[in-house]
Amino acid sequence: MRTRHLRRARVDLAGALITVAVAFPLYWMVLSALRPRSALEAGEASPITLQPSLESFRRVLYVDGLGQYLANSLVVAAAVVVGSTACAFFAAVALARYRFRTRTTLLIMVLVAQMVPVEALTIPLFFLMRNIGDAVPVLGLNHLGSLILVHTAFAIPLAIWMLRGFVAAVPRELEESAYLDGASSFTFVTRILFPMVAPGMVATSTFAFILAWNDFLFAKTFIISAQENQTLPLALLSFFKPDENDWGGIMAGSVLMTVPVLIFFMLVQRRLVSGLGGAVKG
Amino acid sequence: MSSRTQRPRRATTPRRRGLEPWLYLAPALLVLAAMLAYPLYQLVLVSFYDYRQPQVSGVEPLRFVGLDNYTELFGDSEFWGVLANTIGFAAACVLATLFVGGALAVLATRLSRWVRTALFLSALAAWATPAVTGSAVWLFLFDPSLGPVNQALSGLGLEGFEGHSWTYGKWSAFGLVGAQVVWCSFPFVMVTLYAGIRAIPEEVIEAARLDGASTPRLAVGILLPMLRPAMTVVTIQSIIWDVKIFTQIYIMTSGGGIGGQNLVLNVYAYQKAFASSQYALGSAIGVITTLLLLGITVVYLRSLRRNGEGL
Repeated sequence: MRTRHLRRARVDLAGALITVAVAFPLYWMVLSALRPRSALEAGEASPITLQPSLESFRRVLYVDGLGQYLANSLVVAAAVVVGSTACAFFAAVALARYRFRTRTTLLIMVLVAQMVPVEALTIPLFFLMRNIGDAVPVLGLNHLGSLILVHTAFAIPLAIWMLRGFVAAVPRELEESAYLDGASSFTFVTRILFPMVAPGMVATSTFAFILAWNDFLFAKTFIISAQENQTLPLALLSFFKPDENDWGGIMAGSVLMTVPVLIFFMLVQRRLVSGLGGAVKG
Repeated sequence: MSSRTQRPRRATTPRRRGLEPWLYLAPALLVLAAMLAYPLYQLVLVSFYDYRQPQVSGVEPLRFVGLDNYTELFGDSEFWGVLANTIGFAAACVLATLFVGGALAVLATRLSRWVRTALFLSALAAWATPAVTGSAVWLFLFDPSLGPVNQALSGLGLEGFEGHSWTYGKWSAFGLVGAQVVWCSFPFVMVTLYAGIRAIPEEVIEAARLDGASTPRLAVGILLPMLRPAMTVVTIQSIIWDVKIFTQIYIMTSGGGIGGQNLVLNVYAYQKAFASSQYALGSAIGVITTLLLLGITVVYLRSLRRNGEGL
C-alpha cells in the first residue's frame, strides 16, 4: 500500500514538472512583458519580477501603434467569422437537408478542399489580388479585404463539414410543419433552422477566428506597402531588428496576440478532441 | 417522416425543389471556386510558363516553356537539399511529436485529477499559441545573451554557452525550430490519444495489469493496437502540418537560415517568388508540395474509410 502511494506521488511529481516545463515559455512571455525595460536589457533572468510594469504594453500600443494593428486583426477575424459561417451554414443546409445527384461528390470535394495546402497558393492568389485590386481597390493588395477574402474561403470547407451534423440533427417534422404553416424554405432556414444550429456555430466560428487571427504568410504577401493595414503578426515581426531586438515590446505584443486565442480555445476545448483540431494550426 | 405530409409539397413545387439546394450552395461554391479552385489551376498553369519580373510588368511577353521549370529544379542541387531538409525535418518532428504526445497521454491516465487538469490546461495553452508568437517566445528563450536558457547553462558552469547562438548552426537551428513545433503540436496528439485510451474498457487494462504486464508492455501490446484509428489520424495530421511548415522556419531562422541552410519547401517557394521574382519557379515548387501532400491526403482518406467514418 505504501509503495503504491509512493509510486503515485512520483508519477504526480513527474506530471507536475512536465506541466511546468510546458507552461514555461508562456510564463516567460508574460513575465518578460511585465519586466521593466532596463531590467530586461540588463539581462535580468530572475523567475519573478519585483516591479511589474506596463511600460512595454504602453510602448507598443502608443508609440508603435500596435492598437491599430490589433484593430485590423480583429476586423479581419470578425469579417471572416461572419462570412465563412454564413456561407458554410447555407451550404450545410443544402448538403444535409436535400438529396440531389451531385451531393456525395460535393461532400468529397469539401473534404479534399480541407487538405489543399493553401500556402502553395500564395503566388497565384497574389496575382489574383492584384487584379481584383485594379477593379475594387478595397479587396485588393494592401487592403484588409484581400485577407478577408482568402481566409473566408479557407475557413468554409471545415465549417461546412462541422455544421452539416448540426443541420442534419434538426428533426424533419419541424420542417414539414413549417411548410404546412405556409413558410417558405428560406423563412424556415433563417428563422427556425438558424437559431437551432447557432450553438454549433460557436465552434466553427472559433476555428475561423483562429485561422484568420494567426495568419502570417498571407498578411506578409498581400500587405506590402500599406503600413496602416498591417495585421498583428506582421507588426510583431517588425519589432525584430537586426541590431537589437526590442524583446519587451515583442513579448508584450505576443501577449496581446495570444490572449484572445487562449480565451476562444478554452471556450471550445471540449469539441477539440473529435479530430477537428487538425484545422487549427496552419 | 410520413409520406402523407411530403406528397403535397412535392406536387406543388417540383422545380423549385430542384434548384433550391444550389441557391443555398451558391455563396460557398462561388467563394471556393474563386479563392481555392481557380488559384490552384493558376498555380499549375504558371509553373509551365516563363514568368518573372519582365513578364509581370508586361515588358516581355509570356512564354510557354513546358516542363522547363521542373527540369531546372530537378537539375538544381539546392532543390534536392531543400526537399531533403523538408522531409527529414518533418519526419523528425512527427516522430518526436508522436512520442511526446503518446507518452504524456499514457502518463495522464495515471495522474491524480488536479495534476492531470493542470497538464491539460498548460498543453491547451501551448496548442492555442499562434505560430508567430510561439516562435518569438522560443527565440527569446534561446537568445544568445538575454535568453534564460543560455543564462542558466552558463550559470551551471558551462561557459561555452555564454553568448552561444542557437540559430547559427544548421542542425542546432533545426533543433530549436523542431522543439517549438513539438511544443505546440504534441497537445493535439496527447488530447486525442488520451480520449482514445479513455474509450478502452477499464477491464481490459485491469486484466492486463493483474497478469503482471509492465507499463511499456501495456502500452505497446494492448493500448497501441486498440488506438490504431486515433493513431492514424494524429500521424497523418502531424505529417501534413510539418511538411507544409512556413511561419516557424521563416521567423526563427530569419527566412531560411544562413545561406539558406534551413530552407524547407514552402519557404523556398516563397523566397523564389517574392524575393527573387521567379514566380514560375516558385509555382513549380508549390505544385510539388501540393502533390506531396495530396499523396498523404489520399492515404488519410483511405484510412478514414477503413475506419468506417464514411460520408
